[in-house]
Amino acid sequence: MQNVLVFGATSAIAQATVQLIAAQGAGLFLVARDAARLDSIADDLRVRGAPQVETLAADLLDRDRHAEIIAAALDVFPDLDTVIVAHGVLPDQKSCEADASAALEMIDVNFLSVVSLLTPLANEFASKGRGSLAVISSVAGDRGRQSNYVYGAAKSGLDAYLQGLRNRLFKSGVQVLTIKPGFVDSPMTAHIEGRGGALWAQPEDIAQGIVKAIEKRKDVVYLPGFWALIMLIVRSVPEWLFKRLSL
Amino acid sequence: MSSSRYRSWGGYPKFEQPATALSWRQQDLPDPLDQTESILPFGNGRSYGDVCLNRGGTVVSTRALNRFIRFDRDTGVLRCESGVLLADILVLAVPAGWFLPVSPGTRFVTIGGALANDVHGKNHHRAGTFGMHVRSFELLRSDGTRHLCVAGAGDNQELFAATIGGLGLTGLITWVELQLRPVEGPILKEESIKFANLDEFFRLSDYSDEHFEYTVAWIDCLARGDSLGRGLFARANHAQGIDALAVGPERSLKDNGLGLGLPFTPPFSLVNKLSLKVFNALWYGKQQQRRVERKVHYRPFFYPLDSIAHWNRMYGPAGMLQYQCVLPGDEGRAMLSEMLKAIAASGQGSFLAVLKMFGSARSPGMLSFPREGVTLALDFPNQPDVFRLLNRLDEMTLEVSGAVYPAKDARMSSESFQSYFPAWQNFSAHVDPGFSSSFWRRVTAEL
Repeated sequence: MQNVLVFGATSAIAQATVQLIAAQGAGLFLVARDAARLDSIADDLRVRGAPQVETLAADLLDRDRHAEIIAAALDVFPDLDTVIVAHGVLPDQKSCEADASAALEMIDVNFLSVVSLLTPLANEFASKGRGSLAVISSVAGDRGRQSNYVYGAAKSGLDAYLQGLRNRLFKSGVQVLTIKPGFVDSPMTAHIEGRGGALWAQPEDIAQGIVKAIEKRKDVVYLPGFWALIMLIVRSVPEWLFKRLSL
Repeated sequence: MSSSRYRSWGGYPKFEQPATALSWRQQDLPDPLDQTESILPFGNGRSYGDVCLNRGGTVVSTRALNRFIRFDRDTGVLRCESGVLLADILVLAVPAGWFLPVSPGTRFVTIGGALANDVHGKNHHRAGTFGMHVRSFELLRSDGTRHLCVAGAGDNQELFAATIGGLGLTGLITWVELQLRPVEGPILKEESIKFANLDEFFRLSDYSDEHFEYTVAWIDCLARGDSLGRGLFARANHAQGIDALAVGPERSLKDNGLGLGLPFTPPFSLVNKLSLKVFNALWYGKQQQRRVERKVHYRPFFYPLDSIAHWNRMYGPAGMLQYQCVLPGDEGRAMLSEMLKAIAASGQGSFLAVLKMFGSARSPGMLSFPREGVTLALDFPNQPDVFRLLNRLDEMTLEVSGAVYPAKDARMSSESFQSYFPAWQNFSAHVDPGFSSSFWRRVTAEL
């Protein structure tokens, strides 16, 4: 990783990840909504060893700005070689059930905005014949559950999109990495009861897994790794039984 | 938010602690979960007793405030958010030729916690306390105001003095600016010297404190009679020139060195009379020669217990109680021997007790613990008998006008605290009305 573009850089997982990347001496271009928070992160990354950190405040729901954002990043880093997509919102499932517009907005931020960003970036990397596209999905995409299926549907759509993209870009030498974190102790999950138990991971642990997966050019990683086994079991429950469970 | 993570290091007292978090230094303080109750900042949970706990109230985790703000590699001035661990600072600073001005016994404390407990280290006789190297910090109060506190300058001198060693009660520290000290590399030159009794310890200390930046002793607190106070004396200076350089890069803070640890809490304490006796005797006997010299990396020298993750779990589910007191003057030296006799007679002591002479430097902190004299620190498994012994030690400390360290305390009486820290009433004027702690309510309870 030499020059890295990060969407959703103020998320807990992204922050922990860019701290590791900065310490390796890579340049960073950070995108998130809040300019003051981006500045805090940029200062931190410069101290940690990043030779160049640029920030751009933008709401990624505003897809009209995507081309401009990508152009700005490529202007700073013509040799951009890594993209990390970390933005996303964990919705309130109940309000998504009550109101279609709430559900659609969640599909928009968690799925459509990613497609909008990755389409031109995939073409850019394909034409260069190198690069890594690392995208944070979720174990929630592995199976729809009543407690979280709008988010799960967005992530599931994203998973399929990334599978196809990986298949398409393989011959060009571009890595497409699907990252599936389990429960992560972060502001995104602050409202969830029972956090802090054995299944919960810290953002720093997830970040180490992400950096390693990019370096090893993996396709799909569950973080921490034991979630691969848990989700294998969850996926294999037959639907006639699954529909009766309170999950 | 679940609360099982919000415990103190000693595991006593133990209860479900409601918690929230502050993720950005620009944000306002979160409200307590119960609007009528108080909040208390919580760093990395390495204080031993209840200064970091707030039973019936909420703690505000500062661990997400883990960003550096700026680091001047020429002057060694570092500004960072309050949740940054000392371990993170070392990873950044040592390769740049800088070191912590004062190191406590673990590097897994936050800089905010180090300030709020005004921690000390093996160089107290030279460098004083951690707070004496703090250049400035920002304090966020529950009324939404922010106060810039600068050492020796500006309007907030009282608030500065109250917050150094102020146990997190004067507001939430959002960032700290610290003056680091220069080093040529990560290596120290250490001498370890066996001593047979307390008189030898004091002689060694008096000489060594003149010639070495770092001095500390470990004693076998079960030894009695002529061997009372036998132990090993460690003294060291930062190495210079080629000796200061180590092989290999600084490793990440996740690296615990040996990779050892207790993955879970055993159902009973592994520390008992038999294991203590065997361990202490073996440990004293392991060094054959009277004096050993070696070059040592700063990690094993300053933070030997950091290499065993969750070592506190060996005390079992009931946890442990740490006791650290300072005993000033010649009466203090005499009282130390009485204290060690009382501990040896009880048979309850810990694996190792730590002895060190504090120097005369006084921290600006109103509630700062260190004062000139000898300090003794040791831990005890939490058993019913131990509280009586500790009360007895409190009385002995009081007799010589000493003090007990709040950062390690879970049980001293309000009477004891108020005698040890006569400035507590001045201090209490600076306590944020929205802040409180289990410790503070206990030691300010009506007599």
